[in-house]
Amino acid sequence: MLEHIAALMILVPLIAAFVVSGLAWIRTQYCLPVALAGLLGTLLASLASLNEVVSGGPLSYHMASWQPPVGIELRVDLFNGLVLVAVAAVALINLVASWEFVKRELEDRKEAFLALYLLFVTGLMGVTATADLFNLYVLLEITSLSAYALIAMGPSSRAPFASLNYVYLGVIGASFYLLGVGYLYIMTGSLNMGDIASLLPQIWASQTVLVGFIFCLIGVWIKMAFFPMHIWLPNAYTSASITVSRVMAPLMTKVMVYVMIRLMLTVFGAEYVFGILDLSPIIVWLAILAIVAGAVMALVQRNLAKILCYIIISEIGYMVGGAWLGNQAAMTGTILHIVNDALMTFAVFLAAGNFAYKLGELRLENLREAFARMPWSGLGFILAGMSIVGVPPTCGFFSKWYLISGGLEAGQYAYVGALLLSSLINAVLFVRVAEYAYFGDLQAGHGHHGEHHEVETDEAPPAMVACLLLVTVGLVLVGLYSGSIVSTMIQPFVLGSLI
Amino acid sequence: METLFSVRPLLAVLVSLAVVPVLVSSSGKPNVREAWTILAGLIKFGLVASLVPSVLAGHEFGITLFSFAPGADIALRVDGLGLAFALVASFLYIVTTIYSIGYMRGLAEHSQTRFYCFFAIALSSAIGAAFSANLLTLYLFYEILSLSTYPLVTHHQDREALASGRKYLAYILGTSIGLVLPAMILTYNIAGTLEFAQSGVFGAGISQPMATILFLVFLFGFAKAAVFPLHGWLPAAMVAPTPVSALLHAVAVVKVGVFSLVRIMTGIFGIELMGSAGLGTIAGILAAVTILIGSLIAISQDELKRLLAFSTVSQLSYIVLGVALLTPKGMIGGVIHIVMHAFGKITLFFCAGAIMVHTRKKYISQMKGLGRQMPLTFFAFFIGSLSVIGLPPTGGFFSKWYLVLGSLQASQLALLIVLLASSFLNAVYFLPVVFNGFFAPEASPGVKEEYSEAPVLCVAPLLFTAGISVGLFFYSDVFVGLIRLGLGLG
Repeated sequence: MLEHIAALMILVPLIAAFVVSGLAWIRTQYCLPVALAGLLGTLLASLASLNEVVSGGPLSYHMASWQPPVGIELRVDLFNGLVLVAVAAVALINLVASWEFVKRELEDRKEAFLALYLLFVTGLMGVTATADLFNLYVLLEITSLSAYALIAMGPSSRAPFASLNYVYLGVIGASFYLLGVGYLYIMTGSLNMGDIASLLPQIWASQTVLVGFIFCLIGVWIKMAFFPMHIWLPNAYTSASITVSRVMAPLMTKVMVYVMIRLMLTVFGAEYVFGILDLSPIIVWLAILAIVAGAVMALVQRNLAKILCYIIISEIGYMVGGAWLGNQAAMTGTILHIVNDALMTFAVFLAAGNFAYKLGELRLENLREAFARMPWSGLGFILAGMSIVGVPPTCGFFSKWYLISGGLEAGQYAYVGALLLSSLINAVLFVRVAEYAYFGDLQAGHGHHGEHHEVETDEAPPAMVACLLLVTVGLVLVGLYSGSIVSTMIQPFVLGSLI
Repeated sequence: METLFSVRPLLAVLVSLAVVPVLVSSSGKPNVREAWTILAGLIKFGLVASLVPSVLAGHEFGITLFSFAPGADIALRVDGLGLAFALVASFLYIVTTIYSIGYMRGLAEHSQTRFYCFFAIALSSAIGAAFSANLLTLYLFYEILSLSTYPLVTHHQDREALASGRKYLAYILGTSIGLVLPAMILTYNIAGTLEFAQSGVFGAGISQPMATILFLVFLFGFAKAAVFPLHGWLPAAMVAPTPVSALLHAVAVVKVGVFSLVRIMTGIFGIELMGSAGLGTIAGILAAVTILIGSLIAISQDELKRLLAFSTVSQLSYIVLGVALLTPKGMIGGVIHIVMHAFGKITLFFCAGAIMVHTRKKYISQMKGLGRQMPLTFFAFFIGSLSVIGLPPTGGFFSKWYLVLGSLQASQLALLIVLLASSFLNAVYFLPVVFNGFFAPEASPGVKEEYSEAPVLCVAPLLFTAGISVGLFFYSDVFVGLIRLGLGLG
């Protein structure tokens, strides 16, 4: 059993997706338990594999016992071990937190939602676990196709259009990636990451390899919404049901950052990426642009969901920049930030979802007195906001620490400045939202001595609140234990991969 | 010096945090809620006080909670400086809680549970800042303090509160993220540690320009210390209910700011580097400017709480100035001013609040003859003024005496003149309030001639703190002892 855990992480939700699709015709009441069981199984398998990796080194699983490089290899090391756990945990918690909401929004289509949701998770787990570049493409398309469908199911009338927009850009991104992989296959005759990595050094000088690398990179950037390739993201995530954007916003972009770093460090190797290519300064500057542009665009939004989307675009800039600074501290910060950002984006979208459940559309004016009406969701929102701003002891502070430290070490002060600027803008954004949620309507002459009117508490359903608080506790715990996470999981990987 | 392991510092930090859920659950029963608050305050003070004998005997307490990076763990350490500050803050918390009961009920304020909860969180972070073993931990508590005081400052939830709250966060959070955070990380990259040490952390590894820039960034970054020109938030924060102004904006928040600067000067840069790189002089000049500007603006204020706020701006810089003198007497005088000013200023704020509760008067011009109606309050105000001016028989005289000796020791005559001039200005703006209160021939409209005071829960605390201000003139050995040890003066 234990040697199969790497495969189980992907197969369990896949099988669950088929079972749910079938059950939807006969026994709809069993759909949710099956889906939950599938996601729980994935989470347990990912935890078990992380545990294996920490104690015994990387796991390699050969699909159907075909030997790589011909067969498909799944490979879990410290890096993706961590990401897999984050993906599985977010997917499970979100389904628990969102089910009430999904039932209300989708009524008779909720079984279809479950099947697509499971496929989406299958794809993400596969993309993260696979050690085969073409297999990665296939799984990425499984993820994307189910994402297009999930977004199109959204309640907004713009949802199909936003989804279509996403399809166009997503397909272009996927094509770029596939082309890049094609070039590499032509040059090396292999699709296995480890195999390619061992073959590439002889042909580092080749232009084809360079083009392959850049095509892969552009493809991945489109999929992760790296500015200015971000245009699909805000519309897609705000037109979709919040139950869907709650899982996509934290996971999709972060997994793509993982893929980028995997390509950089494992497939092409640090020596090629930072030593032979001279792209770092340009890409770090692009990242700086992304950080600032995301922050500025967030400032002009009047809708909480939109604000959060542009914050994501800014955060993508943090990670792309951190990865390309090319020093240990920055890479550590980037990898830590993949996990942290997934968690804090998840937390803040959970809170936003709770608000949306009770207050409707997330325009800022609709949030008046939200804290008094929904104190627990408000607490969760504040803690998630603290993490995004980077206030200790939440986890966002600690990854930001490493990123800034890496920027200072590299002498890239503009990057450090951009990080600080975006932290300050994030603070402004969260304070602005909090002001609406805390002060209520000041026109009505509210709040003077003795005139304060009491607001009835009207909290979201217990499951939604409990999940939110669970994740925010996680934000603090991951923050307080960042030292251990870094020293046991991230640093060994970074030290082994960077020169 | 021996470092003892103890969980007491941690418990002292956590006890008021732990009481928050209890407060929330007893929100319908005000008496129960306030009893819990007081109980938590007593336990907190008891825990802090229980550390005093060992620290006076030359020990320190330490506990590492979470390791992050070498030399930058989340860790607590209790030394003389931190303990002196924690002692004052946790003691005055109890007094302020009693006062709050009188004040908040007297004004029938809304959302009192929220008020007590955030007050408790703020106190936890203040004690945490006092007991921080390194800059990272200090930063953590500093930030939590900023955020937990926001709902207190904006308690009234009206337009004015909204604007002041914005200003408050812009100054305090803006500087801590924009300035302290990068400076702290840069310090760590250069020095490899953030652990406070009397010799400083840098050794020979830092150039003078770098040291100067870093120092200035820290000096302005800890905007809670309200060094000019970053003092603007303090008068704005006066829209808060008076107990908040009293404990937080005369004691805990602003003193955490100054305390952070003291740590930066004595624990990060160290006396030696402060002297050799000329940083003491820079800090001294900026502090002197702040002292004079604060005092001068205070003179022109008619709103009593704003006057007190500008007076606080000025007095905070006494502390910075004292430490920046880098002479033993000056440093002791500076740090002990944290204690002396706390008791004097909290008395003054309590008085302003008692007047507010009883007569709804906020402006000095409305208070003519009010001393004849509220003699106890005005008498306490007089004592508090004496202490802030620095006249005997009050504790304020003691710190000012040390500061004067310290500036003589440092042969800084200009700073000596600033100190004396500011004392004079303090007298100019405080004594007329008292004088007009008692002796103005015609009372302001609405002031009664017969005796009537604010509720006893307001008046008793202010008399008590006034009494302690006098007491500190006669007995302050504990604080002097702790501070000498904390500064490494034996």
